[in-house]
Amino acid sequence: MATLLLADRPDIAAPTIEWSLLSPLLVVAGVAMVAVLVETFWPRRTRFTAQAVLAGLGLLAALLDTARVYVSLDRVDGDVVGRGTPVAEGAVTVDGPGVLTWGLLLVFALLSLALFAERRLDGGLSAFTGRAVDPPGSAGEAEATRLRLEHTETFPLLLFALAGMMLFASANDLVTMFVGLEVMSLPLYLLCGLARRRRLISQEASLKYFLLGAFSSVFFLYGVALAYGYAGSFRLADIDTAVTSRTGGEHLLLAAIGLISVGMLFKVGAVPFHQWTPDVYQGAPTPVTAFMAAGTKAAAFIAFTRVLFVAFGGASWDWRPLLWVVALLTMVVGSLVAIAQTDVKRMLAYSSVAHAGFLLVGLAGAYVADSERITSVSGLLFYLGVYGVSSIGAFAVVTVVRDAGGETTHLSRWAGLGKESPFLAGSFALFMLSFAGIPLTGGFIGKWSVFSAAWSGGYGALVVAGVLTSAVAAYFYVRVIVLMFFTDPVGDGPTVALPSVLTTVVIAAAAAGTLVLGILPGPVLDLAQHAGTFVR
Amino acid sequence: MLDLVWLVVVVPLVSGLGLLVWGKEGDRVGHLVGTVASAASFVIGLVAFVQLLGRPEDDRSVADTLFTWISAGPFHVDMAYRFDPLSALFVLLITGVGTLIHVYSIGYMAHDERRRRFFAYLNLFVAAMLTLVLADDYLVLFLGWEGVGLASYLLIGFWQHKPSAAAAAKKAFVLNRVGDVGMALAIMLMFAQLGTSSIQAVNATVAGQASESVATALGLLLLLGACGKSAQVPLQAWLLDAMEGPTPVSALIHAATMVTAGVYLVVRSNGIFDAAPVAQTAVVVVGLVTLLAGAWIGCTKDDIKKALAGSTMSQIGYMMLAAGLGPAGYAFAIFHLVTHGFFKANMFLGAGSVMHGMAGPDGEGDVDMRHYGALRRAMPVTFATFGLGYLAIIGFPGFSGFFSKDKIIEAAFGESFWIGLAALLGAGVTAFYMTRLMVMTFTSPRRWLDDVHPHESPRVMTVPLVVLAALSVLGGVLVLGGWIEHWLQPVVGPSVHHELAVPAWVVSVVVTAVVAVGVALAWVTYTRTPIAQTAPADPDVSVLTRAGRNELYGNAVNDTLVVRPTRHLTRVLVFLDARLVDGLVRGLADRLGDTSQFLRTPQTGYVRSYALSILVGSLVVVLALLAVTLA
Repeated sequence: MATLLLADRPDIAAPTIEWSLLSPLLVVAGVAMVAVLVETFWPRRTRFTAQAVLAGLGLLAALLDTARVYVSLDRVDGDVVGRGTPVAEGAVTVDGPGVLTWGLLLVFALLSLALFAERRLDGGLSAFTGRAVDPPGSAGEAEATRLRLEHTETFPLLLFALAGMMLFASANDLVTMFVGLEVMSLPLYLLCGLARRRRLISQEASLKYFLLGAFSSVFFLYGVALAYGYAGSFRLADIDTAVTSRTGGEHLLLAAIGLISVGMLFKVGAVPFHQWTPDVYQGAPTPVTAFMAAGTKAAAFIAFTRVLFVAFGGASWDWRPLLWVVALLTMVVGSLVAIAQTDVKRMLAYSSVAHAGFLLVGLAGAYVADSERITSVSGLLFYLGVYGVSSIGAFAVVTVVRDAGGETTHLSRWAGLGKESPFLAGSFALFMLSFAGIPLTGGFIGKWSVFSAAWSGGYGALVVAGVLTSAVAAYFYVRVIVLMFFTDPVGDGPTVALPSVLTTVVIAAAAAGTLVLGILPGPVLDLAQHAGTFVR
Repeated sequence: MLDLVWLVVVVPLVSGLGLLVWGKEGDRVGHLVGTVASAASFVIGLVAFVQLLGRPEDDRSVADTLFTWISAGPFHVDMAYRFDPLSALFVLLITGVGTLIHVYSIGYMAHDERRRRFFAYLNLFVAAMLTLVLADDYLVLFLGWEGVGLASYLLIGFWQHKPSAAAAAKKAFVLNRVGDVGMALAIMLMFAQLGTSSIQAVNATVAGQASESVATALGLLLLLGACGKSAQVPLQAWLLDAMEGPTPVSALIHAATMVTAGVYLVVRSNGIFDAAPVAQTAVVVVGLVTLLAGAWIGCTKDDIKKALAGSTMSQIGYMMLAAGLGPAGYAFAIFHLVTHGFFKANMFLGAGSVMHGMAGPDGEGDVDMRHYGALRRAMPVTFATFGLGYLAIIGFPGFSGFFSKDKIIEAAFGESFWIGLAALLGAGVTAFYMTRLMVMTFTSPRRWLDDVHPHESPRVMTVPLVVLAALSVLGGVLVLGGWIEHWLQPVVGPSVHHELAVPAWVVSVVVTAVVAVGVALAWVTYTRTPIAQTAPADPDVSVLTRAGRNELYGNAVNDTLVVRPTRHLTRVLVFLDARLVDGLVRGLADRLGDTSQFLRTPQTGYVRSYALSILVGSLVVVLALLAVTLA
């Protein structure tokens, strides 16, 4: 009987998995699962610390592992040199840009983790709600606070989201990419709704993000289906083959490109798919906003670039004009609307929209030649790194400026912060200057690198538009600096809570990173250049 | 020691910077440190000089590259120095006179609470000036050039609490900038035309590789630089105001060394000027005009330092004149520069000593000669040393000035009778104004203000006076047997002697006679009638005196030609900036703000409207892609 069953068994070959190359991703996912077990079995009293330490160690291990993987990547010669190889039956590719993005994401996650674990700012409790089931303002909520309850699920959620981002950035077929997208998004939807203070707008943000995210995922998924209809395969390399051999069915291809782009443009927050950004950035707990701003943007941009360059590279003349227009719109709308904002977090959200526009300039340039000049991919990687570090630093400062009701995000309350805390205000000013792209900050080099890639790619006019909108954007960044240093505070002035060493280290590290990347960008730029192109 | 010559720069530089950053505890010994640094520099320079003397004639030039300063494409500049007969003389003059003035300043600045800073600046000046004269590249020279300009600025404005001192410092700095532009342009032109800014290479190749017009342009640009630094017409207006600085500064920077840098530059660039007769003529004209203008101003000033400053202008005019005469005059320009360095430093320090003695109850030194008189008895050492300097500058036979000025006048006559005549006239006027100064200060009846008790200065101030006086007397030995011409020959080439219609001794006799007339005239004028304690008002004096008192209207000319037009232009620009530029910017900002308000209206907060915009956006994206590609 048993023999019979075995004989009938269809011949399934076990998939080959390159464990060693995939290990950073697996470490993060594995630690996330262990964290779920910890959540279940660890005593409540020390669970918060245990989770934070576990996540921190896991991230550090993954970061070291990423470095090891990066060094071990094989060189792939082609029109343009790349490094790495597709793994896991071609579902994922471990290549230079992908692994560098892993590194970036891990750094962002480490910095954000420190903000997640900060408990000094809100009377010994984390920035997350004590018991999410209690309606805002209910007796249950008050009881949860009295009992000093905390949701420690935030740590596994962070890790799951991170794993999703890493998968998203290195997926080599469209289905894997969609899985990555969802694994990344779902925990973020949840995290957005967990704020301890101002829970209503936090929950509103969560719901909005979820609804719109689901909506846009559908567009992405439809695009994937159309792409499959066109090429008969989900694999990026196969789609590329179909595109370059002009198999026919152009309308399918174009619709696929359009719909997949919509899904991606939603995630990076490009106009006209950006409207969730200010609401969600404002409502989400600030540590989550920091992680989202830096991580989602990096993962989505690299995934988007990968799809466009690898799968649709042969049709670049179709999508480049589209990106041209979207980039211009995004820069203009982001920069202009930011001027009218009175809330720091909303202003940073619009700033993030504007930055998506600047990044799209580099992407639209689509400069991939193998030369001494900076390519689109290297420019994007550098920009994402700088933007992420500065963003996390800026949001970290936001967590510290508080009054009795929690964070005071209204800009008018920030007047005179320079006198109250020169370190905080100075760091925030540095981040603003970096966002504005002022020389000697990383933001300048980042803008220079994406703009120069676009210029090399023949999109000079877009670069000019980018520089002009940067000038507009500089206005609202510098306005905050003026407000902090040269305006007298209204009433009592801002109060600065004393953070624990965690937040302080994050701010200091982000400021140092912003400055170092501006003054000595050479090594990091070389690293980004060295990453090479995508491997299919 | 010859390969350690760079130490003469480094020692005062380190000492100067150290003194600047040293805290209050440095106040007690700061002046000694500064003086020792300068003296150490002198000792190194002296040893190197002696070693250079010991070398065979054709080997008296030591060049060394410390490091590469700039290497950018074809442009290459070494931080290199050259110790040759010309720079060796300067090193001795700068460090020697510099050290004496350091010593003098210990006494002169004794009661100034910022004395340490003063010595730091003096040290920095010495370092910069030595960089200037030791440089083997015009760009390195320019570094020293700017360095002395900065030191001069800091020292003129040392008593910055006095608005007049601050203004004088600013004026000197601005006028020097004008000259510096000439220098900078000259260096750029050298690089553009000759591909190098090395002093040796430029002067060796300019005649062969560049057209005469380029050489002329280079010469004129360098002359502009020289005019700024050496206070020659038309950039002369700052020197008299520069007397606001402490007197040792006037002696060191504005008499003995820095202001002669222009002469050094012309002599050092002899290759360029030899190839550009037009530029040489310009140098002669500038020298002659300044010579007479300075002398004229010197005749009319009652402020002892300003009278001496006018004299400095005039004497540098002599040097410029000689330098413009080409190979016939280079050596004598440098010779007069050295002797002038001795006797003018001597007299400036003497004037400082007098001011010190005449200080009123408030401690402020008095500079008005109309309040002096009869100081011969009150300040015997100052009188004696000043008198020796006086004899030297008017050219009393046997004193150093006699030899050096005589040689220049002789060379001027060799060039042209009229140039010689003008130089001769200058000698007579020099004798006139110096005698006037001596009479008013030392020999005439006393006209002291109340509460003034003239007294001799302390030993620390009089010893440098004695040394400098001795040098003023004996400086003439350099010319005996044609030593100075011989010594400088490796740098400036063999001296050319024009045949004069009369023997040289006749010229000397004539010069001496003219000087005697000048002395006699002044003596008669200022001893016959008593000198008033206050100067006669402008309407009561002759047109010539009025012009001299107003420094020949140099400031008025500058005001009319430059300052006022610039001010008008500024006003127009401010208006345009406020109305046009600001209007545009503000208008643009307002429009952007309006646009911002408009663009935020779709941000309603309703998920349904957001979703709608995503839907519409997607439709547009897809349809646009299809339409553009398939149409």
